[in-house]
Amino acid sequence: MKLSECVELLKARVLVRVSDMNIDIKVACGADLMSDVMAFACSSNEMMLTGLVNPQTIRTAEMMDVKVVVFVRGKCPDDSILKLAAEKEICVLTTAMPMFTACGVLYGAGVLGKGE
Amino acid sequence: MRMAVQTVKLSFQIRGSDFVNAGEASSNTKKALSRIGLNPSVVKRAAIAMYEAELNAMIHAGGGQADVEIFPDHVVIQIADRGPGIPDVDLAMQAGWSTAPDIAREMGFGAGMGLPNIKKHADDMRIETIVGQGTTITIHILFA
Repeated sequence: MKLSECVELLKARVLVRVSDMNIDIKVACGADLMSDVMAFACSSNEMMLTGLVNPQTIRTAEMMDVKVVVFVRGKCPDDSILKLAAEKEICVLTTAMPMFTACGVLYGAGVLGKGE
Repeated sequence: MRMAVQTVKLSFQIRGSDFVNAGEASSNTKKALSRIGLNPSVVKRAAIAMYEAELNAMIHAGGGQADVEIFPDHVVIQIADRGPGIPDVDLAMQAGWSTAPDIAREMGFGAGMGLPNIKKHADDMRIETIVGQGTTITIHILFA
């Protein structure tokens, strides 16, 4: 699914735009524990949904080659986090949806989890 | 005649309890490995292993030093600190066992997955530790 379609489905606001908003999102993960994101790494994981708002969410995304970070539950990172994401060319979205709903919406539309 | 082996050396200071900038050493190393055209999965393994070790030094040891040496066929990443050391390495290697402070947990870490995750992504990992003196973790990642 295209990133731009994910934005619509999640009713998300784009906080950091990247040059290609039509990135293909095949696999996503949802976690508030960055330790788990890294421990359960998979070869392809374009999107990470999280309610954890700090610079290490962006750092973790960078290490994992995650291209899009979605902050759920209406969380909105501060400018320093958005600047870091822009430097790393990581798209940042925010949605009012809770984690469960946001993951469900994407899964229902064909975005897969690890190993599927 | 033996040809000299070209290597690239990188060094970084890791500051203690710096949750804002922690990861910068791993980020720079990831960029350096990407620039030489390695398979992205190899770069990712190296980045994850180093990031976990960098975070450990930042969280548990008041910071430390990261030294990276890139050889033609592998990279050696060494993270050394002068922290409290690890009294029981076997216990520390168990997934889920952690001595991380609350601040680390609030930042999304401290789940006791760091050392096992380094081992999982590295081709070789060695831990040298002396209680009261510090810990050095050496990670080898092969390129093929």
